[in-house]
Amino acid sequence: ILKPTDDSLSQLVKELYFLFLREFQQADIKYLSGWNQWKRSSRKSWKKVFDEAKEVLSYLELWRHDIHSIEGKFGTGIQSYFSFLRFLVLLNFVIFTLMFSFVTLPSIISKYGIFNSSFDEIPAKKPHCTVYTPSGNKGLIYFYTYPKDLLSGTGFLEMTSLFYGYYTIDAAWISIFRYNLPLAYLLTTFAYLALSLLWIIKRSVEGFKQNLVHDEDQFQSYCNKVFAGWDFCITDLNAARLKHRSLQYELKTDLEEERLKQKIADRTMKDKLRIYSLRIFLNIIVLAVLSGCFYSIYRATVFSQGNISNVTNLLVQYLPSIVITLANFIAPQIFSVLIRLEDYSPAFEIRLTLMRCVFVRLANIGVLLFSLWSQISYCATEKCKACGYNYELYPCWESQVGQEMYKLLIFDFIIIVAVTLFVDFPRKLLVTYCSCKPVQWCGLQEFGISDNVLEIIYGQTICWIGTFYSPLLPAIATMKYFIVFYIKKISLIHTRKPSARPIRASSSNFFFLVVLLIGLVLAFIPLGISIAHIPSSKACGPFRNFNTSWAVVPHTILGFPTGLQKVLYGIASEAFAVPFFMVICLVMFYFIALAGAHKRVVEQLREQLVMESRDKLFLIRKITEAQKHT
Amino acid sequence: ELLPEEEKENARSVRIPKSRILTLPELRANPFQHRICRVFSTSEDGDDSMSFEDFLDMLSVFSDSATSEIKSHYAFRIFDFDDDGTLDKKDLENLVNCLTGQSEESRLNSAEMEQLIQNILEESDIDKDGTINLSEFQHVISRSPDFASSFKIVL
Repeated sequence: ILKPTDDSLSQLVKELYFLFLREFQQADIKYLSGWNQWKRSSRKSWKKVFDEAKEVLSYLELWRHDIHSIEGKFGTGIQSYFSFLRFLVLLNFVIFTLMFSFVTLPSIISKYGIFNSSFDEIPAKKPHCTVYTPSGNKGLIYFYTYPKDLLSGTGFLEMTSLFYGYYTIDAAWISIFRYNLPLAYLLTTFAYLALSLLWIIKRSVEGFKQNLVHDEDQFQSYCNKVFAGWDFCITDLNAARLKHRSLQYELKTDLEEERLKQKIADRTMKDKLRIYSLRIFLNIIVLAVLSGCFYSIYRATVFSQGNISNVTNLLVQYLPSIVITLANFIAPQIFSVLIRLEDYSPAFEIRLTLMRCVFVRLANIGVLLFSLWSQISYCATEKCKACGYNYELYPCWESQVGQEMYKLLIFDFIIIVAVTLFVDFPRKLLVTYCSCKPVQWCGLQEFGISDNVLEIIYGQTICWIGTFYSPLLPAIATMKYFIVFYIKKISLIHTRKPSARPIRASSSNFFFLVVLLIGLVLAFIPLGISIAHIPSSKACGPFRNFNTSWAVVPHTILGFPTGLQKVLYGIASEAFAVPFFMVICLVMFYFIALAGAHKRVVEQLREQLVMESRDKLFLIRKITEAQKHT
Repeated sequence: ELLPEEEKENARSVRIPKSRILTLPELRANPFQHRICRVFSTSEDGDDSMSFEDFLDMLSVFSDSATSEIKSHYAFRIFDFDDDGTLDKKDLENLVNCLTGQSEESRLNSAEMEQLIQNILEESDIDKDGTINLSEFQHVISRSPDFASSFKIVL
């Protein structure tokens, strides 16, 4: 039996050695010049200052203690959802600060004449398009119109700075400075989109690096999981239970993947044909479900917009939101049933279902916007065509679109609160106090991370699209996510049971950010079309005197000095764009080649490892043979 | 905290019963707690009680400064449930059941267990005798990236 005392002797020798080494190093330092000594000591003190500053900043982090306690009780998968929620709160707050300081604040300052400011309002060119009478505070107002207006964004809310229609200023004069509000409005929109893009990419790059590092090494993965699987540092019984469950799940999924690979390799030609035709058929069903959703959303929007003049019925107002929420609820259930018939490996099953759900949720918003625009641009008379949009029904169409986005956001929030109050808590009460078999078999709901993440990404996409039409929308989104954090936390602690399938945190973080990026890209498309293509309304908003919202940029450039104009036109011309594009392609090819070379080196090293283990086996066999002969 | 007040003077010679050792927070949640007590206890009665020296031995093996050979040697003894010097199928089965939890529904079913043990033996059994001896075990552990960080207890 090996006694640790032998080893402690060698430890002692090692320690003495290091002690002598340190002595020599310190003697070395004395011979360094004073300048180097000062450099070294100042570097050390700067490092100390930085570390202390980082520690202080970490105390300012929002919800640090809450997320830490959730991680301790429920594992890192659920904690990643709450970190993601916190990220969205911060993102929305920053977007709100941007829009407020560059768009809303100058408007308010100049409208109320603070700091000796005033504003220009250039009269419009096409008089018949400019009649805009919001049904605001005119005549006798019933008491119940206030909550109704609050919920649907009409009435008194329509003329506040919440919606596009308030910003009817062409230029604001703050003391002697001329502030070009239309240009600021457009540039701030681009700025918040670019900021969101950069922030998400920065966060996903960190997750991507971690993903690569933790990639499964195919060598001896089973031995590693079994012999080194248990973390001996775990002291908490709950954490131990979670670890047992995650180990069991990991082993089971690995074994199942292996069985499935074997099954796929064993498939005959006939089996393959059958499976592929079944998959094609099921994909056609998926497409049919999707078209059904889109068509119902289109009809609901057309119906709701057709009755927009009859503002009294709140249900009609909220019809598109209701239909979208129903579609977002039913479609994933159908997809999860269909995917089981398609016979994929479990990991691929999860990914494909998620991709389909993401597509449904984001495409629903797109269809809503498309149907809104088809209503707005529908023109029958000549006068209407001259305006470019249906000026009778939609004198200020951007505000209407803003109202729809506002209604979607509010309804989403109401649904989250209602589901928690009226579904989760009664279910928990039922399970706790009623001990009959079917209720106990149903049990508590699991905390489905992907469903919850898709929910908040859906809300965030609405916010991105809607901020152009309703500059104060990010503030509402910030407050909404702030409250949702606490609702979800309470719901998780009291009414949910932890999932039977724990997800690894690093891969899920990366996945959330990728889906968020898809949402952002999908938000670019409607905004781009609306800014560049659809004529802006002539009755309200900062772009009344331009054909489209984008037209303010060429107009401003024409006001620049000639030299700068020439440079800008040069950048936008083909003579610059084509070589620039080619250079970017070359850089991209270089990086792809570099990545390919690195991959080849990794493969070679892997093969070397295999050969080394084979050599070891060979030598051990030789040794045992030699021992047998002696 | 394990030793009552009156026995503190002859702490070196007293043996603490297994039931009190298992109340330590580091061992309380550990599925291998009984094996750890059995391996490190030098008691002749077979009651797995530990003296101060045994306790020190255990902590030094699980500490950060113990080498990989020492840790893998003791890990082998802990995983060898029937104390016969090799890890055979029964030992591996016990080991996997400890990992996945003690209740009935958390165990793998027999087909999965068979498949898992086959895979483990394929990866680690060099001389193909159906069992893992100490040198094969140490060979596999030396290639395992997680062993050093998971096989440690810090008080």
